[in-house]
Amino acid sequence: MLTLECPYCGVMADETELAPGYEAHLKRFGAGSSDADFESYMFARKNPKGVHFERWRHAYGCGKWFLAARCTATLEVFGTYPAQSAEPPAELQAKIKAKRPGWEGYK
Amino acid sequence: MSDPVSALGGQSFDGFAKVSEIGPVGMISLRCKLAEKPLAAALKGIGLGLPDTRRILHKEGRSAGWMSPDELLIILPYAEVGDALASLSKSLANVHHLAVDVSDARAVFRIEGAKSAQVLAKLSPVDIGAMAEGELRRTRAAQVAAAFWAQEGGFTLVCFRSVAGYVMGLLSASAKPGSELV
Amino acid sequence: MSTRLATGGRLIDRGVRKSFTFNGRRLIGHEGDTLASALLANDQMLVGRSFKYHRPRGIVAAGPEEPNALMNLGRDDRLEPNQRATTTELFDGLEAASQNHWPSLEFDVGVVNNALARFLPAGFYYKTFIHPRAFWKHVFEPIIRQSAGLGKAPKSRDADHYEQAYAFCDVLIIGGGVAGLQAALTAGEAGKSVILLEQNAHWGGRAPVDGDMLEGETAEEWIKSALDALATMKNVTLRNRCTGAGVYDHGYVLANERVADHTPGDGRPKQRLWRIRAGHIVTATGAIERPLSFAGNDIPGVMLAASLRDYVVNFGVSLGDRTVVVTNNDDAYLTAFALIEAGLSVPAILDARAQAGEAVLARAKAMGIRVEQGRAIAKVKGGKRVTGVQICLQAGEGAPIEEIACDAVAMSGGWSPVVHLWSHCGGKLNWSDHLSAFLPDLARPPLGQDGSAMVTPVGAALGVYLADDIIAATKAALSGQALVEDYAAKAPAIPPVWVMPQGAPIQLRSKMWLDYQNDVKVSDVQLAAREGFESVEHAKRYTTLGMATDQGKLSNINGLAVLSKALNADIPQVGTTTFRPPYTPVTIGALAGEARGEIFQPLRRTPMHGWHEANGAYMEPVGLWRRPYCFPRGSETHEEAVIREVNNTRENLGLLDASTLGKIIVKGPDAGRFLDMLYTNMMSNLPVGKCRYGLMCNEQGFLSDDGVVARIAEDTWLCHTTSGGADRIHGWMEDWLQCEWWDWKVYTANVTEQYAQVAVVGPKARKLLEKLGGMDVSAEALPFMQWADGVLAGFPVRVFRISFSGELSYEIAIPASHGAAFWEMLHREGAEFGAMPYGTEGLHVMRAEKGFIMIGDETDGTVIPQDLGLSWAISKKKADFLGKRGQERKHLADPDRWQLVGLETLDGSVIPDGSYAVADGTNENGQKNTEGRVTSTYYSPTLKRGIAMGLIKHGPARMGQTVAFNKVDGSTVQAKIVDAVFYDKEGAKQNV
Repeated sequence: MLTLECPYCGVMADETELAPGYEAHLKRFGAGSSDADFESYMFARKNPKGVHFERWRHAYGCGKWFLAARCTATLEVFGTYPAQSAEPPAELQAKIKAKRPGWEGYK
Repeated sequence: MSDPVSALGGQSFDGFAKVSEIGPVGMISLRCKLAEKPLAAALKGIGLGLPDTRRILHKEGRSAGWMSPDELLIILPYAEVGDALASLSKSLANVHHLAVDVSDARAVFRIEGAKSAQVLAKLSPVDIGAMAEGELRRTRAAQVAAAFWAQEGGFTLVCFRSVAGYVMGLLSASAKPGSELV
Repeated sequence: MSTRLATGGRLIDRGVRKSFTFNGRRLIGHEGDTLASALLANDQMLVGRSFKYHRPRGIVAAGPEEPNALMNLGRDDRLEPNQRATTTELFDGLEAASQNHWPSLEFDVGVVNNALARFLPAGFYYKTFIHPRAFWKHVFEPIIRQSAGLGKAPKSRDADHYEQAYAFCDVLIIGGGVAGLQAALTAGEAGKSVILLEQNAHWGGRAPVDGDMLEGETAEEWIKSALDALATMKNVTLRNRCTGAGVYDHGYVLANERVADHTPGDGRPKQRLWRIRAGHIVTATGAIERPLSFAGNDIPGVMLAASLRDYVVNFGVSLGDRTVVVTNNDDAYLTAFALIEAGLSVPAILDARAQAGEAVLARAKAMGIRVEQGRAIAKVKGGKRVTGVQICLQAGEGAPIEEIACDAVAMSGGWSPVVHLWSHCGGKLNWSDHLSAFLPDLARPPLGQDGSAMVTPVGAALGVYLADDIIAATKAALSGQALVEDYAAKAPAIPPVWVMPQGAPIQLRSKMWLDYQNDVKVSDVQLAAREGFESVEHAKRYTTLGMATDQGKLSNINGLAVLSKALNADIPQVGTTTFRPPYTPVTIGALAGEARGEIFQPLRRTPMHGWHEANGAYMEPVGLWRRPYCFPRGSETHEEAVIREVNNTRENLGLLDASTLGKIIVKGPDAGRFLDMLYTNMMSNLPVGKCRYGLMCNEQGFLSDDGVVARIAEDTWLCHTTSGGADRIHGWMEDWLQCEWWDWKVYTANVTEQYAQVAVVGPKARKLLEKLGGMDVSAEALPFMQWADGVLAGFPVRVFRISFSGELSYEIAIPASHGAAFWEMLHREGAEFGAMPYGTEGLHVMRAEKGFIMIGDETDGTVIPQDLGLSWAISKKKADFLGKRGQERKHLADPDRWQLVGLETLDGSVIPDGSYAVADGTNENGQKNTEGRVTSTYYSPTLKRGIAMGLIKHGPARMGQTVAFNKVDGSTVQAKIVDAVFYDKEGAKQNV
């Protein structure tokens, strides 16, 4: 039963107020894209043991989607940030790097 | 035309707190970037101001609640919704926005009494004691979406109309005499 | 015999008598008794039979670890099985019955199993009942089921109510003994918001029983001062009768409060499940004493030493007049002292160690107690009660030296800190050779949201056993200081004594119980090891050690020590089984909380719901909605009602409550562009005032939802979704707008519940609306697939000329607050036109007659629009839409995909739901090949025959051919492939 802070309304939300949306920062490949690109978009998931970027929706709250960086092994939450982010904020990446020196980056 | 009928027709329950369905209550869902300049004037035009994040402000029988970074809930007498919508439409004519009447899509409850917070503490994963003055909290009540805020010695709770009976059942069960959280 | 002593009993009030029954016998106890202490006060030492061998069993403990004294409590709608007598507070009128015996507790036929024990070894079931295979279902299983299970399941609905509540705090302390109270004092004084939980009704844990001195006060005085101090702190909440049941992620804790277990029927909730979110968790859960493994250690009269002391000190109850104490540690000596002080006799203390602690030895000597060091119990004598013990050398093989007559045995094999809650969420353990116990490894704690330790163990739960140390160590831990001293190492050593005597032969080992409740003996674990069950998790399941309702609180450590010894490995190497929540059983009622009866789950009602119920509707669930399936009249069957409703709608006038239809407003400069991405067809070019049917696919290309879109204004569309799909599709829209195209200017609003919606359907629909008056509903003013705002009979309405039935049809939206009145008015005014309500089944039949698809019938998440003959609704012009790339995949363009056709049975019957079209040959599993399946199948009142829609391989190219559909009885039914539109192919009737 996780808690995640919604970056829009500031509520430290209970997991039961949230809806999961799986991996974040996927690039959409639409009509005419190559099989490899479409596969990467549709099916290839990292599923790491460790730092993971994922989508959550504050479904029972403000209704907004946000992104979270979380360790799938320890459940430590490094931070949350708005869904309208092309990549994780630099300071969040630095924080994760400091806590998990072996981390290879979000890509 | 008939008189508008709220979901439960004003049902109430007397427990260790008093639970009553009220309404019909006028409500407008206004979606708009809250930083848009004309918004403040538009709200002033209907007798309201812009609430802070997660707050609800009340002015002379009307309220404006912060629902999300681009959504406000306007609460006002049921019969005044049409005029308010027209006023908003006029003052926000040049702003990308969406204002719709949701009065009939909602049910509104009052939970009153010294222990009214306990009724909600049984249903929502919310630290009610830590809520700020004037805070509007969107959350769930057991299995359905709800929003509530402290008001006039009790709480006002809003949920969807179709689940009004379920929520009345929840609130009544939670307010059952003898089940106070001592 | 066990009895109430003339004096003593700090928890009972001898002035207040409580009457209760055990197996129908009326007995008397006192206020403050537990059921267990009251039974012992009445010399009821035999309390149950063991699970497998039906051996007589007595009370062995005084707390939640009790494995034997499980009772059926109450009766009828308040019957509860498997309640532990040791944690059940006595109340007037309590009814208890022992379990697991037949015909009576005193005489039990099942005890023959005891004689057969040699033939019921570990893994007996696995080994015996696997052959012959055919016997399992009809011979073995029924017999095993007959004898399986503890207690009786209640048959009546629970008369009590339960609830749940949320709580939040900075520090949650679990356990109200000295360590827990001190933790609350320290955290409370620091200004933290604190919740302190105690599973018992009383506070202070064992300290008063053990006679500890704390900060210069007696334990009793210290506890009272602590409670007084805590009572003045507004930031501290004390909650007794509340067990911390489980620790979960991010400081989440479930706690079970037994509000009215001891005051049944007083109107309060029986139990309350607390859902607590704590900033930090302190486990002050103490330690549990372990039994010793000697032959006959399960005979009634053998009890844990500290528990025996509890009964004497707390309840003024003695287990026997002559108690032999057997131990491997100093603590059990306190029991001997307490017994002597209570005027009872202790014939001997048998200490397995070669050298006992000096202090206790001196005190025993001073009190004149005989102490035998290096001695063990070879065997306990007695059947239903202890009559004596044979003593032997601990180092030997059990040759009896002497027999001592006694009627009770107090045993102590050392202590196991309660590390359950520490371990639930990932806290790791270290084995302490010094204390022969697993202790929390503070370097590997469970982690919280911020990655730091979220649980701090204190007191005996950490191996801090000495009263002097508990307060200092707890203060330090709560102040965030590192524990400088190795407190566990300061406590007297507890050397391992896993089997008594250490060289016991099989005759003795097969009478040494490890798990009393599941009847697992030392010999069973050793057999499991010999048979190769080396992993502790495998050995547990093979022997069932620790799998009973007590979850091995007494047996786990002893069992794995025996296992490790048998494997010739160290205990840490073998490890422990996983501790999982809950710590003690939580009743299903508490877990369900308020969710039962009317509020088991949300039931969504339309504004007309009350009318439907009042008019005899047979309701069916559609998602969480309840919708009328049909409205039977008089003695009509549902089938007859559906036929009547369909015929009346096709011939006269039908009224449908369509309020559940999803309604989403999409507005903004980019709304058209957005809907063009969302739908497979074009929506941006839909003229204002018109309606268009549209399809939505997911990114895989599979059909996800459908509905009619109306363009309300230049920048505003109204999207109708399926009844079940409104929230999902609204969420889907928001997902794309927030996460992919966040720079597009589009707002959405789900207004599904703002409007009641009524479909006015049938050839006389227009006549009714014209009679109501207020707006022009003529074919010219409001043609098919258009909409208009207006007024009908004074009601503000939006009227859509859309049809899901093939008839002339108006779908009328009206604010929900007027829905019921509008609906009733339509029936009143429509009576002269033969208006009747119709339900969802009539709707389904009529849409199937028209060949209209239904999401969830024709689709199942693997069907693309092209499979359903809906290629016309897929834009060729658009560069992209959601699902377009998915549909470009080779497999989705395969001409062999099953495609939608109509099906007519040759004999006019209705094809069974879920039927498959059978093809020649069989697949690699020997199953018949298939070439299609039915997706919708109904009796058509209009065609007076069975009709169906189905997906058939090459279906559209096989018009007129027949296919065979399987039936449940193994036969098949022949059906002809036809066009899916059975009725009014030209669409003339809806477009008038």
